[in-house]
Amino acid sequence: MTLREVAGALKCEALTDSIDWGLEMEAVVASDGMSEILAFSSSGALMLTGLTNIQSVRTAVVADVRAIVYVRGKRPNERVIELAAEKAIPVLVTSLGMFDSCGILYRLGLKGAM
Amino acid sequence: MAEELFRRSFKIHGRDFDKAGETSTEIKAILKSLSIDAGVIRHAVVVAFEAEMNVVMYADEGTMTFVLTDEAIGIEVADVGPGIPDLELAMQEGYSTASDEMRELGFGFGMGLPNIKRNSDTLSITTEVGKGTTVSSHILLDSHE
Repeated sequence: MTLREVAGALKCEALTDSIDWGLEMEAVVASDGMSEILAFSSSGALMLTGLTNIQSVRTAVVADVRAIVYVRGKRPNERVIELAAEKAIPVLVTSLGMFDSCGILYRLGLKGAM
Repeated sequence: MAEELFRRSFKIHGRDFDKAGETSTEIKAILKSLSIDAGVIRHAVVVAFEAEMNVVMYADEGTMTFVLTDEAIGIEVADVGPGIPDLELAMQEGYSTASDEMRELGFGFGMGLPNIKRNSDTLSITTEVGKGTTVSSHILLDSHE
């Protein structure tokens, strides 16, 4: 599924510029626990999280995450967005909660990364 | 005897949550620039990141030494800190002594040391209560996808 399709399904707003909307999301890893993301993510996964601090982006970098969607309408601050942009990781936000976001993407065919 | 190709040490400051993880992302950039296999990089950087977070969360200060040889990546993280009273317990998934502040940062769910173990080919941990902990991990260059 492309990032464009993910963004449409979750009614996302983009927080970084110059997003490659054609990026393929291979799977999803969803957690507010960064070690869980490190343990259960696979390369090229989409990361769903409610954690908006700088470590969320560093975790995404370490885990080779392809894009981040922040759930529950939580917005990271400018520095976090800047770091993501510098690392070429698209950042989106949805007002949907974690459960609904996961359910929608699962119904559309995406599976968990582990 | 493995030939050493690259070595660098980084200081890690305890409780500096803002910078936590910077060293590991820097190591990732170095490994990428050296054209190391992506799977190997991932294992090494997860080890480095979790070990770095442990120093930031629990210790006063630490040093991460990163060594690349023609056979493996070595990551040694030595800290001055409280040490681990029961290492066997700390290695169990889900066991944690983290504070609420650490959990709010997305860490401290009892996955750190197990993640380090899972991503290492060899791992040794020495610790002394009241003095500190040293985590030494090796990731072989040819054992991963």
